[in-house]
Amino acid sequence: MSSETVAATPRKTALNPVHRQMGAKMVDFNGWDMPVEYPPVGGLMKEHLAVRNGVGVFDVSHMGDIRIAGPQALAAVQHITMNDAAGMAIGQCRYSAMLYPQGTFVDDVIVHRMGDDDYMLVINAGTREKDVSWVTENTRQFDCKAENLSDNYTQIAIQGPKGVNTLQKLTDADLSQVKFYWFTHGTVCGLPNILIARTGYTAEDGFEIYVPTDEPTSARVWYAVMEAGKEFGIVPCGLGARNTLRLEGRLPLYGHEISDSINVWEAGLERFLKMEKGDFTGRAALERAKADGIKRTLVGLESVDRGIPRDGYKVLDLKGKEIGYVTSGSYAPFLKKNIALAYVPMEHSAIGSEVAVEIRNQPVKCKVIPTPFYKRPKKQS
Amino acid sequence: MAYPADYRYTKEHEWLKVEGNTGTVGITDHAQESLGDIVFVELPKVGTELTAGKTLGTVESVKAVSDIFAPASGTVTEVNEALNTSPEQVNKDAHGAWMVKVKLKDPSEANRLLSAADYEKYVAAEGGH
Repeated sequence: MSSETVAATPRKTALNPVHRQMGAKMVDFNGWDMPVEYPPVGGLMKEHLAVRNGVGVFDVSHMGDIRIAGPQALAAVQHITMNDAAGMAIGQCRYSAMLYPQGTFVDDVIVHRMGDDDYMLVINAGTREKDVSWVTENTRQFDCKAENLSDNYTQIAIQGPKGVNTLQKLTDADLSQVKFYWFTHGTVCGLPNILIARTGYTAEDGFEIYVPTDEPTSARVWYAVMEAGKEFGIVPCGLGARNTLRLEGRLPLYGHEISDSINVWEAGLERFLKMEKGDFTGRAALERAKADGIKRTLVGLESVDRGIPRDGYKVLDLKGKEIGYVTSGSYAPFLKKNIALAYVPMEHSAIGSEVAVEIRNQPVKCKVIPTPFYKRPKKQS
Repeated sequence: MAYPADYRYTKEHEWLKVEGNTGTVGITDHAQESLGDIVFVELPKVGTELTAGKTLGTVESVKAVSDIFAPASGTVTEVNEALNTSPEQVNKDAHGAWMVKVKLKDPSEANRLLSAADYEKYVAAEGGH
């Protein structure tokens, strides 16, 4: 976990008292005092399974938001992100990333097109300050304004196949009309004009809502969601389940699968990289990197022998030579096996390749398996 | 959760039950609770020599890896293999889900460990900050 912004006094979201009241185990996450799990009502395993099978609710207010608005907002977004924002409709979201000139990651982001010349980037908690100054610095040449809205919202994620049924009870917006990676505005719990996005970080269907950040309102919405989801077995979910859910879905985490020393090709995110859209920061370096040949790549591993590969463990070839490292690894609560994402040289990356992960000085055999480890069943509501 | 009065406890949250020369070792209810859902237990082989205070194995929850320390010295005579396939037993019944049985080098070593009452006080103080 990146520790660059760990503050002396951890920051708190507006829902902090609610988490404590619900008996959450709190941890310091990138300088934020956040719930890792809620033992009295859930526990990591139960929380994870609730999201896969029903619905779970997360406080993700530590995420940041940057608005870019003005006549040249699109040009600015195109300049600082790797995906193509040009074709986006108002109400659409797109996964993207901001890159350094070296083609490595400043952060991954979700771009929301809010209006004609109005975009919002949702960014990671651990990179908030860095992202805000990066965006401010690198959009200066355009006729637009970059505004940090990070402290304006309590962001609540309602995730799982029953997320739609849960949230529908609390809003007048017709959620069946909101497709995955689109958003709308509606009244939620009596609060007008709330941003409701069908996005998430769980590899499951779900929504993220952005409500006013004062404590009573935040708490009221949280408990209303809990109540609405009761019949679907809703549980509050902490960062622990958030991490295992995203790992099963192979969703990258900054400081792990992506960082300032990993490029887009290596991370396997070229699906979200639009080289043909025109120039943008990082493009030239990525072109060169491709011409030079990609040397390592992110693969999915499954333990063959007993042992849980974890973040930072070494990857060895079968002769014991160090060839790479694990970026994220865990027991996977839904898949019920030990899985990991790891960087290995290209020649070890084919599906079925056998490698070892060094666990407590012992090589534990693993094989390369297809990712995402988990893909949600196709079903439109 | 009541801590059995006939067990002794370490500050690293293991328990030791002594019967004659045989010691039975597990982790405490407090340990399982702070670890969360336990998904992996790694134990030594029968015949392994244990030294008091040294690592004897590992227990892992989804989030965390934690060493198990030998509460006393001796030789492993039996290993609870059932925990390989059902590690969640430790969550369900930490004081029943034993990990290893040990032929103790010196059963009186147990006297250096905490009593149930003292361990309970220790845990309360540790969790009270």
